[in-house]
Amino acid sequence: MTEQRRAIPTKVVLSVLVLVVVACAGAMTGPAGPDWWRIPLALAERIPGLGEGGLGIASGVTEREWSIIWDIRMPRVVLAGIVGATLSLGGASYQGVFRNPLVDPYLLGAAAGGGLGATIVITTIGSDRLDWPVDPVPLIAFLFALGTVAVTYLVGASFGGMRTSSTLVLAGVAMVSLTTAIQTFILQRNSDVVREVYNWILGRLATASWGDVVLVSPYVVLSTAVLLFHRRHLDVLRVGDEEATALGIPVGRVRLTVVVAATLGTAAVVAVSGLIGFVGLVVPHMVRLMAGSSYRVVIPLAITVGGAFLILADIPGRTLSSPAEVPIGVVTAFIGAPFFIILLRTRQVSR
Amino acid sequence: MSSVEFQHLNVEYGRRTVVRDFSMVVPAGSWLGLIGPNGAGKSTLLRSVAGLVKYSGDVIVDGSSLSLRSRSRRASLVAYVPQEPILPDEMTGREYVLLGRTPHIGYFGHPTKNDRAMVDDVIGRLGLDGIATRELGVLSGGERQRLVIARALATEAPILLLDEPTSALDIGHQQQAFELVERLRREHGLTVISAMHDLTLAGMYSDRLALLHEGTVVSHGSVEDVLSAETLAEFYGVRVTVHREADGTVVVIPRREQL
Repeated sequence: MTEQRRAIPTKVVLSVLVLVVVACAGAMTGPAGPDWWRIPLALAERIPGLGEGGLGIASGVTEREWSIIWDIRMPRVVLAGIVGATLSLGGASYQGVFRNPLVDPYLLGAAAGGGLGATIVITTIGSDRLDWPVDPVPLIAFLFALGTVAVTYLVGASFGGMRTSSTLVLAGVAMVSLTTAIQTFILQRNSDVVREVYNWILGRLATASWGDVVLVSPYVVLSTAVLLFHRRHLDVLRVGDEEATALGIPVGRVRLTVVVAATLGTAAVVAVSGLIGFVGLVVPHMVRLMAGSSYRVVIPLAITVGGAFLILADIPGRTLSSPAEVPIGVVTAFIGAPFFIILLRTRQVSR
Repeated sequence: MSSVEFQHLNVEYGRRTVVRDFSMVVPAGSWLGLIGPNGAGKSTLLRSVAGLVKYSGDVIVDGSSLSLRSRSRRASLVAYVPQEPILPDEMTGREYVLLGRTPHIGYFGHPTKNDRAMVDDVIGRLGLDGIATRELGVLSGGERQRLVIARALATEAPILLLDEPTSALDIGHQQQAFELVERLRREHGLTVISAMHDLTLAGMYSDRLALLHEGTVVSHGSVEDVLSAETLAEFYGVRVTVHREADGTVVVIPRREQL
């Protein structure tokens, strides 16, 4: 146990290192730009104390090349990291709070609601929205995602109370079907925008800017802080609502808080990146297979591994069929599924 | 050492009254056995003490009402072992016992060195070192039961509620579990209230018995008083012989219907 206790920070530190390496790799790939090896140097020389007057790192990158790194590649890498971390954290939290390995915030309608919101804006306002000062698609998608989960929660809670989390999951299934049906109906009557909506649904990071990063940050930071604070409660909830209550945990309140926090983060990243599937479901399980099932470890690792996973998945997404892009959602499934199966298998053999 | 006093406890599920006007004093450090046929209200009674069901009336611990205490204070007074505890397959024995410290950790707090030392101590005293590092999913029924008791002990609660704690165990492990609880009761002065199926075991370990029938106490007192063939025939609807051993043990033997 002593070793195990020490191993927890080690794994977190290790995963942060991996995240940094992956982020550098993300910044190094792409068309145009300077030689790949100059890029980590260019980033390092701008950290106070490492560049001019400090350690004297000099990358020899021109202003134009730097702007490719900083204004085009970095926002994309950072956004991919934030989106991956938030989806994965949301998935781990939902799995904990519902004691169900197959749920993530998408299950209660965060994705379907966001998709419906985007569809409605794209069909009703159409390309006129490009003249608007602010693109309304992310905002409406965000509100619809939150609204759908709220309705699911109210419906589920009014029938099953907080005693049975399965009622909530079933209410989620019903709400997802309903929202998807409405979306299909709208699309079927507006077949000219199907392609545009479809592109949104598949998820994209190509248009990422620092603006997007700033837009999602408040929600993501809030959601992450709340979920990190509740990781011990998630461990107690593993013995069930009854026993957790008998141990003095306010189960209903903890569940509501965690669901609200995870949904807020997920809705925010869905709004800027579309529906990137698979991350929330599988990254937490990868983490469990690598570091054990205690939420004390799973929650922080879900953040770092989720971020690294999506940055990594985005690299083939933009290089494989360059200059066209492979949708990120497709890549996450392509990389994630086999990796997950291998991990599952090695774990079973070693047990 | 803490005594428990029930004052006119009533529990209703919808319109059905599950426990009716239950009043009783359980002296500190004693063992009260709750017996009665299925559905008599034994589990509900325990669940109300643990704060899991709403009730009217009162439960007094050490002179003040349980319902006036905070959630975690209540949890640090009363440890509850349910009939079918949930043991997550991938959790280790030690992590599981550590959950018993929950009532002592603040909302945003984390287990301290003291909490961990306490858990190590409980594990050592119960001889669970061998299984503490293993995952719960690979343990046997008896090992799991001992970890559940260890978790209850880690709460340091003076009152232990056991809901048919051994119904899934074979006779040897049943005895081991009860012997363990009895040892802990004597060492720590725990007050034990347990619902029990096996009448002979109930008679062996309890100081006093309460027989419930449809939510009402129909007989209570010493083991000899409650475990009589007539009473059991009336409320369980069984034909039994009650046999008294020389050492005072009361043995309840079911009889076949005579054809």
